[in-house]
Amino acid sequence: MQSWQPSANLKQLQARQRLYRSIREFFYSRGVLEVETPLLAQAPVADPNITPIGTVNSRWLHTSPEYAMKRMLCAGSGDIYQICKVFRHGEAGRRHNPEFSMLEWYRVGWKLPQLMQEVAELLQLVLAERYPKLSVRYYSYRAALQKYANLDLLSCDDLDIRTLGSQLANADLQLDRDGWLDIIMSHKVEPALPRNCLVFIDRFPDSQAALAKILPDDKGVPWAQRFEVFFNGMELANGYDELLDADIQRKRFARELAGTGRPCDERLLAALEHGLPDCSGVALGLDRLLLHICNLDSISQVLSFDWHRA
Amino acid sequence: MATHATNEFRPGLRVMVEGEPCIMIDVEFVKPGKGQAFTRVKMRNIRTDRVWERTFKSGETLESADIQERDMEYLYTDGEFWHFMATDGSFEQLAASEDALGDTIKWLKEQEVYTVMLFNEAVVSVTAPNFIELEVTETDPGLKGDTAQGGSKPATLSTGAVVRVPLFIVEGEKLKIDTRSGEYVSRA
Repeated sequence: MQSWQPSANLKQLQARQRLYRSIREFFYSRGVLEVETPLLAQAPVADPNITPIGTVNSRWLHTSPEYAMKRMLCAGSGDIYQICKVFRHGEAGRRHNPEFSMLEWYRVGWKLPQLMQEVAELLQLVLAERYPKLSVRYYSYRAALQKYANLDLLSCDDLDIRTLGSQLANADLQLDRDGWLDIIMSHKVEPALPRNCLVFIDRFPDSQAALAKILPDDKGVPWAQRFEVFFNGMELANGYDELLDADIQRKRFARELAGTGRPCDERLLAALEHGLPDCSGVALGLDRLLLHICNLDSISQVLSFDWHRA
Repeated sequence: MATHATNEFRPGLRVMVEGEPCIMIDVEFVKPGKGQAFTRVKMRNIRTDRVWERTFKSGETLESADIQERDMEYLYTDGEFWHFMATDGSFEQLAASEDALGDTIKWLKEQEVYTVMLFNEAVVSVTAPNFIELEVTETDPGLKGDTAQGGSKPATLSTGAVVRVPLFIVEGEKLKIDTRSGEYVSRA
């Protein structure tokens, strides 16, 4: 029997209002402009692992406001942020809802360390009531893998990764190297990260760069300029030192879009050709953040109407 | 036979996994920041009663398993099989092997109702109710002051099960037993 009632209580609705207010005050005091970009786009996300929802008139609900916000940056908007709904087909569970709320923002001229610092400050602020003086830890992907899965990314081979991965999955899932690394990170490393503190993992393998720049470290090893933030076993945000090169982006799109039947976002490529200022951006899941603020377990408890009641 | 894809996985779903009949206990959707999604399932193999965990790629499918749970009354045993009858008015009878009974054999009492698990219509396991009333058939009279064993003594019940009971319990008494822990709870 499908209920007509909301899936969240008044208390959670009020917590959401307080959160959004805190976020707006945070960015207003820092001079970051709030923007609103279209939910319906002619070109969907290129990432083959995210399934966009298409509409009857050949448009797509956005899976993140990234492409539109980057075009704004190319047009000279300066620092911008957005709180909006995003849509991803098929993802429903304790921590996922196909329609969810995202906070995404971009800082022109900032490198990752500076952006990570700002993410930490925002999270410390909004979590302060339940977690006063939250401490922060930073690990590189390589260091986290070594410390929590006893695997050295640079010296181990594909077989080592696959062996550990299939042990953790209890099945040989026929994955590629990055697929097995994802298994190891999600099944072993993330659950083992220190609790009750913000944990940043940055410098991802270059094969997992998505829209981030790839830069060599002081030993010449290339790493994706990407970070993720975890809190008590949950991934809250994903940030990048944004890729600026239109050619590289075009090649990445071609690779990702192959076989998906999705059109390429030529407008984004044209914007990049015009020039994206050096910037870093981050996307943060607001519903998951609310789970921690309200000390709840299931995303439906913080959604006015979850997927099954909408 | 019906198949289920990962997006249909939920607790209670009955499926065949690697040739074994299983019931899903917990289902978790796992999606790394960027990368393909997985579904992590905790399930019980109803043949071995073992709980295990396995990860599936999004989109993988599993065949559904013909697993049923029925309340049935214990009738009698012929030494080779233990016979149960459905309580739903159908008078249907099923036979369980000693293997399927497992530990529950020591809690079998005539006319008591048990939960019988069926796979492809054959009995794979039998579970006793949480609490059962059984009579003490044999126990030493507990001598007051005899605290050598900490104030309890062994007692044999009508089913053959042996449990530890307080010293004041005598033969013929009816006791309430917790079948999950095998412990004496109280006099019935």
